[in-house]
Amino acid sequence: MTAVAEIMDYDELLERFDPVLGLEVHVELSTATKMFCGCATDFGAEPNTQVCPVCLGMPGALPVVNGTAVESAIRIGLALNCRVAEWCRFARKNYFYPDMPKNFQTSQYDEPIVFDGYLDVVLDDGETFRVEIERAHMEEDTGKSMHVGGAAGRIHGAEHTLMDYNRAGVPLIEIVTKPIVGAGERAPEVARAYVTALRDLLRSMRVSDVRMDQGSLRCDANVSLSPKGSAEFGTRTETKNVNSLRSVERAVRYEMRRHAGVLTAGGTIVQETRHFDESTASTSAGRPKETAEDYRYFPEPDLVPIAPSNEWIEQLRETLPELPWERRKRVQQDWQLSDEELRDLVNAGALDLVAATVDAGASPAEARSWWVAYLSQQANTQGVELEALAITPEQVARVIELVSEGKLTHKLARQVVDGVLAGKGDPDEVVATEGIEVVSDDSALQAAVDEALAAQPDVADKIRGGKVQAAGAVVGAVMKATQGQADAKRVRELVLAACGQ
Amino acid sequence: MTSTASGGGPSDGRTDTAALTGLTAAELAAKLAAGEVSSVEVTRAYLDRIAAVEPAVHAFLHVDEEGALAAARRADEDRAAGRASSELAGVPLALKDVLTTSDMPTTCGSKMLEGWTPPYDATVTRRLREAGVVLLGKTNMDEFAMGSSTENSAYGPTRNPWDTERIPGGSGGGSSAALAAFEAPLAIGTDTGGSIRQPGAVTGTVGVKPTYGGVSRHGLVAFSSSLDQAGPCGRTVLDAALLHEVIAGHDPLDSTSVDAPVPQVVAAAREGAAGDLRGVRVGVVRELGGEGYQEGVQRSFRAAVDQLTALGAEVVEVSCPHFDYGLGAYYLIAPSECSSNLARFDAMRYGLRVGDDGSRSAEEVMSLTREAGFGPEVKRRIMLGTYALSSGYYDAYYGQAQKVRTLITRDFTAAFEQVDVLVSPTTPTTAFRIGERVENPMEMYLADLCTIPSNLAGNASMSVPSGLSDEDGLPVGLQIMAPPMADDRLYRVGAAYEAARDAAQGGALIDRVPQLEVA
Amino acid sequence: MLDRARDTGKNDQGARAVPTISRDEVAHLAGLARLAVTESELDTFAGQLDVILDSVARVGEVAAEDIPPTSHAVPVTNVFRSDVVRPGLSQEQALAGAPAAEENRFRVPRILNEEA
Ligand SMILES: [Mg+2]
Ligand SMILES: [Zn+2]
Repeated sequence: MTAVAEIMDYDELLERFDPVLGLEVHVELSTATKMFCGCATDFGAEPNTQVCPVCLGMPGALPVVNGTAVESAIRIGLALNCRVAEWCRFARKNYFYPDMPKNFQTSQYDEPIVFDGYLDVVLDDGETFRVEIERAHMEEDTGKSMHVGGAAGRIHGAEHTLMDYNRAGVPLIEIVTKPIVGAGERAPEVARAYVTALRDLLRSMRVSDVRMDQGSLRCDANVSLSPKGSAEFGTRTETKNVNSLRSVERAVRYEMRRHAGVLTAGGTIVQETRHFDESTASTSAGRPKETAEDYRYFPEPDLVPIAPSNEWIEQLRETLPELPWERRKRVQQDWQLSDEELRDLVNAGALDLVAATVDAGASPAEARSWWVAYLSQQANTQGVELEALAITPEQVARVIELVSEGKLTHKLARQVVDGVLAGKGDPDEVVATEGIEVVSDDSALQAAVDEALAAQPDVADKIRGGKVQAAGAVVGAVMKATQGQADAKRVRELVLAACGQ
Repeated sequence: MTSTASGGGPSDGRTDTAALTGLTAAELAAKLAAGEVSSVEVTRAYLDRIAAVEPAVHAFLHVDEEGALAAARRADEDRAAGRASSELAGVPLALKDVLTTSDMPTTCGSKMLEGWTPPYDATVTRRLREAGVVLLGKTNMDEFAMGSSTENSAYGPTRNPWDTERIPGGSGGGSSAALAAFEAPLAIGTDTGGSIRQPGAVTGTVGVKPTYGGVSRHGLVAFSSSLDQAGPCGRTVLDAALLHEVIAGHDPLDSTSVDAPVPQVVAAAREGAAGDLRGVRVGVVRELGGEGYQEGVQRSFRAAVDQLTALGAEVVEVSCPHFDYGLGAYYLIAPSECSSNLARFDAMRYGLRVGDDGSRSAEEVMSLTREAGFGPEVKRRIMLGTYALSSGYYDAYYGQAQKVRTLITRDFTAAFEQVDVLVSPTTPTTAFRIGERVENPMEMYLADLCTIPSNLAGNASMSVPSGLSDEDGLPVGLQIMAPPMADDRLYRVGAAYEAARDAAQGGALIDRVPQLEVA
Repeated sequence: MLDRARDTGKNDQGARAVPTISRDEVAHLAGLARLAVTESELDTFAGQLDVILDSVARVGEVAAEDIPPTSHAVPVTNVFRSDVVRPGLSQEQALAGAPAAEENRFRVPRILNEEA
């Protein structure tokens, strides 16, 4: 049996097995309306306020395809080096589930809009790994269930469930890789790097919010192991609920180790879905798939086929932005970054943010420093991705501007940034409402200097005697007295002047 | 207290009510336009007639007296203000209960939707309202439009005014019976395999299945999406044409709606009524007739073909060899689509919920509700469709049926290269007795043998009465079929034939409907 | 055609073997279709589905290897809607027909299985 087997040491498993991955990524498009109706797609709206007869699956309602969603699908395909179908249809995937109002999902089956592509993924050491893309197809999202009465909103033990269909019908693109073989020990890293690259690509194309924490990018990781040297794939499991890039890597690694443990102990892997638990970095069994689902797919009769013309495809190709990795190369040259500096920037997820900050008028060095250092720390503390911080590149650029104008010291600038992060408004508003400003009024400073000198007569004497380096203690006292709001350089000048230096 | 009343001819000393309900929609429209009668008077006359004959016919599931009178008043006010919305403004109509109405329940003849009032109007409903047509109520039908007799309604059968022991056809038996019982001058039906034309044929009324995509399906509760089509029903070809132009036209809410001008069917009906069919080529479909067709039906059909020849049409026989496979293809495609379309009736968001006692799961409540809410025919078709779509069976059943569909379409295309319209009997037999075929589904399915090919190919098709069968005195229908978007040809040929038939048979066929017992 | 279709006896349709639908198969189909059919319905439906399939299986007699299937009656492609928000239903309208509602959501019985 499978339950008792130990998970295997990672190095040991690699001696015995080759991992095979398959990644299915669902991306919610950031279109204004749903896939098949004109309802809004705003995240976090009041329950059942973005619904209509179509997305509630009411009798008589008919779908109409969102043209922008089709364009996004084709653009994604082109960016993933896919072929675009000359002719394709939607299909109905039939199964009953309360979060799916029609009890079929309008999806694509054997005629995906784009297929046969690849994505070259740059790994941490700069090496490139090509992940082949099987297909990407259009479909619709389901509603959201809230399980009531069970422990922590889990489905098990719940007494009943409350349904909100705002998300039902939001456009999804499902991107499916071909089996990823040959990654060996780097399989977990490849998985993470692939999802990262995909996220960066989709973000640069502005087709999705790609927020894993909000579910606008979701990854299912299929893992199987082949005995070393064997061409035959083992039984796979499909891990769901992987909500961050780090979790992608950890989930794959865990499943590899678990499979190896089970197989080595003489057990068999059950084909099933598994759920990843962030807190324990392990997976648990979900729904068994021993009986293959019979989805009874057939062409969606309510929608006509899609036959993109070459002209249309070429027009869409022209709208593709510079690929993120090409942009990186350019940025590295423009900003004169070392490979390491660039990697730090990319790993911190800061490249786009820095670029946007530079676009808003800041110098590359200042912008980079803010995002990679102070703001990355804040993101870490809050446990969110850098881009999820409540500050925009424009706001960071304004803070940098205030510093360069001498209106803020670096220390004060951090206070202003904290204020913005705390939702107190734009930098200028925070400066105004919190009364943060550099004390540059010499008369106010002069009083503080005189007071400090009076408090330390021996030090004052030393300065008067020419030991200018002793001024540091007085400057420190003044800064303390003004709670850091003074410009230290100016204070020093005043101290020296007061002592006749 | 019962007495008798005729719906019919001008010679039987009718009351004012009968004088109004006996008129065609075109005649009513003319009287309304001339100010000789108000819509409120007409509507009241129909409501009275409904109250009188419904116990015997049961054509309606819901009669909206208040709504109808309010709509009639609006139509009268608009007309008085010089802005009648359309030629049919103020004329009443009976709407099949499969089209959504925001102010009336929409049940589709099913327990599943008992008491459900949709939050939106179907496009057909909206167009009728915009044209000033007065909606009298919703008509009875086979549950979710599955059937050929209206016996599958969860609310009891509708009876054929020609013989109340017999079926009025189906699934739109309520609409056709309402016309034949003079409970409405116009009605809307929907036709997936013949549900407008076969009821038309067995009740001596006119029914048209427009070209697929000619009339929006938005708000038509789907049975089989690729076959369903709403269409006009009337007592005359011209009436159907007037209604056709109100409901047809492109609708952005239906992706399969044809974005092209509506064929000029009213003009075609008026041209046809002049009675000249010279230059029109008519093809008799060899495969739709002969063995298995009731003798009286065949004789009536042959007489109709002779009539067309007499009108100057050039009649030839054509062969559509794959029509023989139409019934099989239909009973795979329609159930397959229905098994998916009807999955939404699951007790979660609207409609019936059974067995939710706090202990049962959603899965169990879904199954119990669907078991209790659907009648036997619906369940049978859902299971048949589930089977035909199952992995392992798809290619042999659904896939093969779709290929037959291609072959039937090719038969039509080839035939329409030789002729302008095709003709056949609408249905192999006249109205059968209530209960006669309930136990034998396959026998029941044969009623749609002749009508199904046009649904599979999507072309336009009409049933126009060809008289009464000489062996049982019941109405027989002549089916006329035209190429896609050539709906006008149906009306030209249909109107010419209708005029000649009335002349030959000494008056309108519908005026020979027997008197009904009234309450 | 009629006589053939009427023929409810054993299958006489040449080379084509028509599978017989068993009671178990009907039960399986009913499960897929979420119908809690009764024992007696199992028998009735098994018999009736058999007869119907016997008849409709005639579509298999047409050699149709290189015939493309028709899924749509009108040869139209590329029908799209512009990505513009249109008013839908109010929360009240959406929930008006619900068998049960709570906290502005549709209340449904507990769900047994994980999502597919
Ligand atoms: Mg999918
Ligand atoms: Zn919607």
